[in-house]
Amino acid sequence: MLHIYCPFCREERDEEEFSYAGEAHIQRPLDPESLSDEEWGDYLFFRTNAKGIHHEMWYHIAGCRRYFNVTRDTLSYQILESYLISQQPGVRAKQTASAEQGEQPNAN
Amino acid sequence: MQTNRVASGGRINRGNAVNFTFNGKAYQGFAGDTLAAALLANGVDIVGRSFKYGRPRGIVGHGAEEPNAIVQLGSGAQTVPNLRATQVELYEGLEAHSVGGWPSVDFDVREVLGFMGKMMPPGFYYKTFMRPQNLWHFYERWIRKAAGLGKAPLESDPDCYDKLNQNCDVLVVGAGPAGLAAASAAARAGARVIIADEQQEFGGSLLASQQQIDGQPAMSWVDERLAELGNNDNVMLLPRSTVFGYYDHNFLGILERRTDHLGISSPGQVRQRMHRVRAKQVVLATGAIERPLVFANNDLPGVMMASSVSTYLNRYGVAAGNNLVLFTTNDNAYQTAIDWHKAGRKVVKIVDSRPEPTGALVNTAREFGIDVMAGHVVVEAKGRRRVKGAMVAPLNDNASAVAGAAIRLDCDLLACSGGWSPAIHLSSHTGAKPQWNDELVGFVPGESKQQERSAGSAKGAYSLAGCLQQGDEAGREAARKAGLDGESTAASYQVDEQPQQPQQAMFLVPHAKSTSRAPVQFVDFQLDVTAAAIELAAREGYESVEHVKRYTAMGFGTDQGKLGNINGMAILARALGRGIPETGTTIFRPSYTPTTFGAIAGRDVADLFDPERYTAMQRWHQQQGAEFENVGQWKRPWYYPKPGETMHDAVNRECLAVRNSVGMLDASTLGKIDIQGPDAGEFLNRMYTNAYAKLAPGKCRYGLMLKEDGMIFDDGVTACLGPNHYLMFTTTGGAAAVLAWLELWQQTEWPELQVYFTSVTDHWATATVTGPNARKVIEKVCDDIDLSNEAFPFMDWRDATVAGVSARIFRISFTGELSLEVNVPAHHGRYVWEKLVEAGEEFGITPYGTETMHVLRAEKGFIIVGQDTDGSMTPADMGMNWVVSQKKEFSFIGKRSLSRSDMLREDRKQLVGLKTRDPQDVLPEGAQIVNQPEHAPPVPMQGHVTSSYYSANLGHSIALAVVKGGHKRMGETVYCPLADGRVIEAEIVSSIFYDPKGERQNV
Ligand SMILES: [Zn+2]
Repeated sequence: MLHIYCPFCREERDEEEFSYAGEAHIQRPLDPESLSDEEWGDYLFFRTNAKGIHHEMWYHIAGCRRYFNVTRDTLSYQILESYLISQQPGVRAKQTASAEQGEQPNAN
Repeated sequence: MQTNRVASGGRINRGNAVNFTFNGKAYQGFAGDTLAAALLANGVDIVGRSFKYGRPRGIVGHGAEEPNAIVQLGSGAQTVPNLRATQVELYEGLEAHSVGGWPSVDFDVREVLGFMGKMMPPGFYYKTFMRPQNLWHFYERWIRKAAGLGKAPLESDPDCYDKLNQNCDVLVVGAGPAGLAAASAAARAGARVIIADEQQEFGGSLLASQQQIDGQPAMSWVDERLAELGNNDNVMLLPRSTVFGYYDHNFLGILERRTDHLGISSPGQVRQRMHRVRAKQVVLATGAIERPLVFANNDLPGVMMASSVSTYLNRYGVAAGNNLVLFTTNDNAYQTAIDWHKAGRKVVKIVDSRPEPTGALVNTAREFGIDVMAGHVVVEAKGRRRVKGAMVAPLNDNASAVAGAAIRLDCDLLACSGGWSPAIHLSSHTGAKPQWNDELVGFVPGESKQQERSAGSAKGAYSLAGCLQQGDEAGREAARKAGLDGESTAASYQVDEQPQQPQQAMFLVPHAKSTSRAPVQFVDFQLDVTAAAIELAAREGYESVEHVKRYTAMGFGTDQGKLGNINGMAILARALGRGIPETGTTIFRPSYTPTTFGAIAGRDVADLFDPERYTAMQRWHQQQGAEFENVGQWKRPWYYPKPGETMHDAVNRECLAVRNSVGMLDASTLGKIDIQGPDAGEFLNRMYTNAYAKLAPGKCRYGLMLKEDGMIFDDGVTACLGPNHYLMFTTTGGAAAVLAWLELWQQTEWPELQVYFTSVTDHWATATVTGPNARKVIEKVCDDIDLSNEAFPFMDWRDATVAGVSARIFRISFTGELSLEVNVPAHHGRYVWEKLVEAGEEFGITPYGTETMHVLRAEKGFIIVGQDTDGSMTPADMGMNWVVSQKKEFSFIGKRSLSRSDMLREDRKQLVGLKTRDPQDVLPEGAQIVNQPEHAPPVPMQGHVTSSYYSANLGHSIALAVVKGGHKRMGETVYCPLADGRVIEAEIVSSIFYDPKGERQNV
C-alpha cells in the first residue's frame, strides 16, 4: 500500500485515503472544435503508459478532497515528489533509452 | 504409546500430557509439542498421501517449509484447512485430519491404480487449459476428490478477528540469533521496535541448539535479550506472528495467532490479529531453510531433513527413528549425527558426497566412532511404507555419475542435507531480485528495493557468530536510518565456533539409471514434481523458469516450493546446459504461509461490512412493512406490500394510485450538491450539455452530464436558488462520483473559476408527492405560496412553509404526473412526511417504492443512467438531443466527441421501446435482441433489453431496449431468444408509452 504525501494536508497518508486520477499535465485543448478527430482522439485516449518515471494526479478523496500531482516510478512504485497541479515536476525521466530497458516484470 | 519419546530433555512439559486425535485415532503428547512432534513421538509414519501418485508421505521438516504433513483441524464451522502439522501447537482435544488421501491415508486408490500419474503427466494443467475444448471441468471433479486440498467450512466463522494499524521505527522479522541481536541494537539506540516471530517461543534455531553464547547455553542469551526487550516500553514482542507479506512503501502484514494454541475456537476472545505495519526500517532475519537431496524414492516416510531430526530430538525430546543414516553435502549436518549419537541412538553411517571432508564437526563425529563414507551418495531409499534401507554408491571424480555398485545400509531414518537456502521470501516480495552465490550454493537477497536489509542466515551467514554480528549491525543501521542517533556501539557476543569447510553443490543425486528410468526422484513433494518431469519440460522446449513452473506445477503448492524450488531450478539449468544465475529463479509472492480470510476481514463482516445509509423516514417505512432495496449504501423502500399482496400486486396498486390520484416517494437519497460562487453559472454551463448561464432564481432545469468521450455519465435537475447559487440533484448512486468530477475540473483545469461545492445530500429529506391530486394534498399543509399552475409552473421551485416547516418545493417530475417535491431539513423529514400522509388520506395517498418509480418512469421513457445507459451511450443514442445545446459558446465537456465519426454511425445502438406480441410476456432485462432467430449461429446481435416491466396502467408489458439503428426501425419486429429456449417476439415502438405529449405534468 502506497504512502502518499498530500501537499495540502502536509503529511504522508495511506493510499486508502486517495484515489488515482490519471496522468498529469494533460491540458484540455482550448478550442476542441478546431481539432481533427485524430487530434481530439489523442487528447482523449492516448497516454504515455510510462515504464519508470510517471507524473500522475491523485485525489485526497477521503481527506482534503484536493487534487495534486505525484511523480512515481512505475517499476519500483517509489514516489519521488508530490507537487501542485499548477507546478511542473522536479524529477523527470531521462531522455535516454535506459528507461526502456527495465527488467521484464515477472508474472506469477 | 509415545514410543519415540526419549527419556529426558527438550522444551516440553512432561508433566502435562495432552490428548489429541489424528485421522480419528487417539494419541497423547505433551504441552509444548507441535502436532508433528507428537505424531513422530507416537511413531506415526504416514501423515498424508501425495497429490498425484497417492504415495505415502511422512513428516519431512519442522516449520513453515513442511510440504507433506498438511492437516485440517476441527470440524463444522470451526474447521481450519491446510495447516502444517509442524506449526500447529498441541492442545487438549485437538482433532486433526490429513487433507490428502482418498479413501484414507493408509489405503489410497491412487497408489494401487497409479491412475492419477497416468492421467496427469507433466504439463497436464497447461495442456488442459490450452486445449480448445476446455477439459478442465471434466478433470477437476476427480482431481479434487482424490487430491484432497482441504475443505472450507460451510458455516460462517464463529470467531472474532482484529485489524490493527501500527507504526514503528524498526520492524524485525524473525527472533532467532540475528533478529534478537538486531532488535536489541535498535532498541538500545532508542528506536520503537516491533519484533515478530512465527513460533510460539523466541529463539529461532537456538531453541534446538547445543551451542553457547558468552559462555552460557544459547537459550540463556535469548532469555537475557527477551528480558531487556520486554522491559523496554518502546518494544513490542509478537510471538506466534507471521510476517506474511512485504508490500509497497515498507508496509508489512503480520498475522498474530492469539488463541490457536488454546483450542479450535475461542469464544469471547480475539482469535487472530492482523497487524498492518508501516515501518520506517525493516530487518529481515528470517533464517534459512535446509535443502533436500533429490534421489530415488526420497519421498519415503523416514526420509527427513537433518536439521529437523535434530530439532525434534533437542527441542521436543523425540527421536524420529532408531538407526540413522545421515546423507550430507556439508559439515553443518554432522551435528545431527553427533546429536543422535549423544542421545544414545545408533548412527549407521554418515554418507558425505565430498571426497575428503575434514572439517571440525567431521572430526568430532569420527572421534565418536561414527563411520563416514566420503565421496559416496545415497542413490535410492528402500522401503514401502517407511524407509528400511539406503542404497549407497561411490561418486566419480566430478560428482556427475555413480562410479561403482551400490551397497545397502539398513536404517529406519534417513536424514538429509543438501545445504541451506536463505529464506529470501520477504525480500523477494519487495521486488529485490535474488542473487546466486556460488560459494554459498544458494540465492541470497538481492539489492534492496525498500528500506530493508537482511541479516543472519537469511543473508547466507550460517555461523552463529556471523548471525549475531550481522544482526547487531543491521539493528544499529536500521535505527540510524530511521533517524535515531542513540547509542550505536557494536555489541560483542562471544561464541566458541569452529570454521566449516565448503559444501558441495548437489541438486540431483546421480543414479545408475537415467533420470527418466530411475525410480522417481522427487523435487517438489507437495505437488509430486519429479526431476524427470523437469527434464521433460526442458526437452519439450520450455526455457523460462516461470514457464517450467507452470508446466510442471513446481512450487504451486501451499508451501510455494520452499523446499524444492532451488533443486528444481538447478535441474532445469543443467538440462538446458546453462548456469543457475542465467536460468534465474521464480519470484516469491505474498503470503509467506497461508493467511486466514477471517484475519484479513477483521471486524468488517456482517453488519459492519459496509455502512448502511437510512433516510429520516426509515422507521416509518419499516412500520409500514416496506421491503427494502440496496441502492449503493442506501436502503430504499422497494415496495410496500399489504397483507396478502405479492410484489406484483403491490407494484400494480402503487402504479395505479399515482396515475389516478396521488402517491408519495421518499426521494431523500438523490445526491444534492450545493454550488456557489460568482462563476457557478459558467461552470455548470461547461459541465452540462445544455445551457445554465441564464437560469433564473426560482427555475429548475434538467441536464445531462457527459464524460469527455461524449458518453452519458449522470443526469438530474439543477435549480437556481439565487444569484450565484445552485442546487444540483444527481442520481442516488452517482452522487459521490459527480462531486469528484466537478472538483476535478474546477481544481485541475479551471482554477480561475470561483465556484465551491458542498455535498448536502444528507441535509435534506425529500417527499415526492405526485399524481393528479398532488396539489390538493400540498394545499392542505401549505398556505403561504400560490400553488396554482400559473403562479408556480412546471420546472419552478419555491420557498414555502409545509406543515409549519420551512421547505423548498420543486415542481419537477420523474413520473410524468403533476409532481411537487417537498424538501425539508432532514431532522424535520419524518414529521413532514407524516403530515403529508395525513393530508393525503382523503385522496388515498399511496406510499410507493423504487420499483413503482421505475415502472412509472419507464412508461414515460425516462432513462435511468446506469440501467438504460452503460457508459457507451450518447445523448443522441438515447434520443435526447433536445437536451444538447449547439449554441453554447464554450465547448462543454464531451461536446467535441459527439461529432467524431463513430458517433455519427447510423447503426449505433439506440433507445427504443419494445412491445411484446403477447402483452403478458415480460421480457427479462438483459435479453439479447436478434432479427432472425432461426439464423445459424453466430446470430448477429442487434442489441439488448435495458428495462422491462408490466404496466398496470397500460395493461401490457413495456420494455426499453437499445437496438442498432433503432430510431429508424419503428414498427419492425425483433426477437429475443431466451436461455430457457423460448423466443419472444416484439415490436419496436417509441420509448414513450404513456402521455406522449407530456401534458399531465404541466397541469
Ligand atoms: Zn490532503
